[in-house]
Amino acid sequence: MRAVTLAHETDWQGWRRATRALVLAEVAADQIIWSVGGENDLLAESAAFADAAGTFNVPRAVVELSETAIQAREPERFAWLYRLVLRAHRGERHLLDDAADPEVQRVQRLAQAVRRDTHKMRAFLRFRTVQEDGAQRYVAWFEPSHFIVEANAPFFVRRFATMTWSILTPYRSAHWNGTELSFGPGAQPADVPDDDALEAYWRAYFSSIFNPARLKVGAMQSEMPKKYWRNLPEAVAIPDLIRSASGRTEQMLEQDMRPPKAMPLAPLRARAAQAGTEAKGSPLAELAERAAECRNCPLWEPATQVVFGEGPGGARLMLIGEQPGDQEDLVGRPFVGPAGQLLDRALEEAEIDRQTVYVTNAVKHFKFVPRGKRRIHAKPDTVEIVACSPWLNAERETVKPGLLVLLGATAARAVLGRAVTISRERGERITMPGGQAAFVTVHPSFLLRLPDEESKSREYRAFVADLRRAASIIAEIDAAA
Amino acid sequence: MELIEKLRILADAAKYDASCASSGTEKRTSLGKADGVGSSEGMGICHAYAPDGRCISLLKILLTNSCIFDCLYCINRRSSNVQRARFTVDEIVTLTLGFYRRNCIEGLFLSSGIIRDPDYTMEQVVRVARTLRETHGFRGYIHLKTIPDADPALLAEAGRYADRLSINVELPSESSLSRLAPEKNAGSIRRSMGRLRARIDESRAERRAPRFAPAGQSTQVIVGADATPDGAILRMSANLYGSYGLRRVYYSAFSPIPEASSALPPMRAPLLREHRLYQADWLMRFYGFEITELAANSDAMLDLDTDPKLAWALANRHRFPVDVNRATREELLRVPGFGTKAVDRILASRRFRSLRMGDLGRLRIPLNKVTPFVVTPDHRPRNLDREGLAARLAPSPVQGSLFG
Repeated sequence: MRAVTLAHETDWQGWRRATRALVLAEVAADQIIWSVGGENDLLAESAAFADAAGTFNVPRAVVELSETAIQAREPERFAWLYRLVLRAHRGERHLLDDAADPEVQRVQRLAQAVRRDTHKMRAFLRFRTVQEDGAQRYVAWFEPSHFIVEANAPFFVRRFATMTWSILTPYRSAHWNGTELSFGPGAQPADVPDDDALEAYWRAYFSSIFNPARLKVGAMQSEMPKKYWRNLPEAVAIPDLIRSASGRTEQMLEQDMRPPKAMPLAPLRARAAQAGTEAKGSPLAELAERAAECRNCPLWEPATQVVFGEGPGGARLMLIGEQPGDQEDLVGRPFVGPAGQLLDRALEEAEIDRQTVYVTNAVKHFKFVPRGKRRIHAKPDTVEIVACSPWLNAERETVKPGLLVLLGATAARAVLGRAVTISRERGERITMPGGQAAFVTVHPSFLLRLPDEESKSREYRAFVADLRRAASIIAEIDAAA
Repeated sequence: MELIEKLRILADAAKYDASCASSGTEKRTSLGKADGVGSSEGMGICHAYAPDGRCISLLKILLTNSCIFDCLYCINRRSSNVQRARFTVDEIVTLTLGFYRRNCIEGLFLSSGIIRDPDYTMEQVVRVARTLRETHGFRGYIHLKTIPDADPALLAEAGRYADRLSINVELPSESSLSRLAPEKNAGSIRRSMGRLRARIDESRAERRAPRFAPAGQSTQVIVGADATPDGAILRMSANLYGSYGLRRVYYSAFSPIPEASSALPPMRAPLLREHRLYQADWLMRFYGFEITELAANSDAMLDLDTDPKLAWALANRHRFPVDVNRATREELLRVPGFGTKAVDRILASRRFRSLRMGDLGRLRIPLNKVTPFVVTPDHRPRNLDREGLAARLAPSPVQGSLFG
């Protein structure tokens, strides 16, 4: 039998040293008797095990688990942890993954209890203030269930580094003087000042934030067990709050219902929806404002907002896309997402100034299917295209462009009123009934979906060429006029 | 008015907002800093629990409970006779720092009634956050309620100081909102949420983009103040999660308020309904359930007696029993009684051993819940098709509320 006496309850270094030596000597777990020295002296060292010759590697997870579980108030913990290290050393490198292993489990339970206690200490510890040498010092009394003060103190340092404070517990105290953390012996509740000026305020807050109509005492106590109450300044209010809750609620329910007062609406200035580059009050801005309330089809409901067209009232070119996408829906402006950025690049390359062009969509609300944290684009169907067509028609009548550039099949269908095969009709000037000129090309999002770089750049060049062609068509039209 | 009296009034006025989370923000420490105070380490901390079982993590108050709006469900509405109060910026700063230094809170959740106009109100709210961060070096958590229609420049500033921003959708349908909150506008609430998401995405995507609400945005919807069924509420939530990347949708069972309006339902909504909505919300986000599996259509109501996962399992008995030692993660997640962590542990430990019922018990899985639905080498359920399974599995009546 080997006897190991550790210096104090959290003598992690001593346990580690002893464990290293004993594991290297292949000593079985049941051959060791672990105990903690009587004086619980922080500075004492367990002298029996000087650093043993030789080293071995223990999986990081086992070390971390040991560091946590050793804080548990469980006399057998040193032996239980030793057993895990020995098994890891003998080849069970992944033993912690087997959550159903009883030896792993009992240690995991200790660690869990320590983590919970650590968390509760961070939550339920309360500082009171004392004036000392003209400065304020913060002092707290806390009764942890496990030996967690040493490992938990750095949390309070990170949070309250610019204050000076002491945390007193029955077995240990921790002190921070603004630069250094030190530990001392345990203390008494009487070592903490009686009251703090702010506690009455905290109690007032605690009592007022409670909703008596939702009394759930069990839920409160499972998270804040009674053992913590005696050190929580707000807890003295709890019995009264519980007692008066039902009376307060009945009172609310019995109170005569007040009829809603007829009152004028508050004087709130309505913020006009972003109406493109047109000044407020222009025909296009008015159109956009009306469209914002559109309920012609069910697409309005899940969408954020109507995305109306944007551009100068007298634009010669009108670019018409399918529908706004995710980004456009959030921002409320057409062609600002990835496809819009590609369009901007292509326009620039085709020497067309986007500021001179009117840009819009056949359908003005984003159609999508929510999928977790994303929205998947859904193609608008004919019903929606038709429902939205009055807005597109109104835009065309107001802007009176010389040429409509139809980006993709949906826009082509919406304007030409028939199914269009883009590859067959792209790049041609189409004269519509009534004389209006139109021009079909791909939608820039088509370029984004292409799988390989080669076809991407080929199709992009073709798109830019189409835009150039559109620019020359409008030049021809204007020259003829 | 005494400060403590203001605190009473303005905390009381804030308690109908369910959110009190302080998790998921960037890491901050005061170690090595010359001044300021506070830290955040990702995990939220509940510093107390009120007798309503709710976590108290933040100092949750209104700047003022005066309001030019007249939302019928709200105790602070213009036509209510409730006593009014207003904090100064300095008073809020003093209370926040005082409570924080005593370790009572993780930070501040500030909201406000609308006074004068949205911009003026938002400016006051932002000023509190700015003073805390810039004058006092406060590194704790700040959650600001954002006012739809406020100037985007104020929104940008709010996002610079706050960890989380939120805008409440308030009611699950546009028509209810215009009936019960005539000055609020569903469209402008959506637009503001869209703007927030665009900014949050931008600050995440580009390192040089200005800091913007690292703990994201959330919202709250009141359940039971109108007639919207659960199916429609869950569809609304799914849309909000997908559209605006919300961290959380909070459901708040309509609770009686003093000075209630007769346009409201005379009954409170059962707290259990709120609980069922949270369960369904969780199942959709973390358990791979499709909305149609929980609520077939917009008119569907969740069963108050049976939790939605068990209800689904009882309606889909052909999918059970599931072999604990062979089933996929997706299949295990659908077993009533298996949580996400339990499933992770099962998957890890079954590489070492064939799991038996005793092993499941040691993994702290509620055996009485799972036995009808799983197969292990030492257990095969017999009563899966028997009548009365639902009754046997139904929990003994819970006291969800005292009067519901």
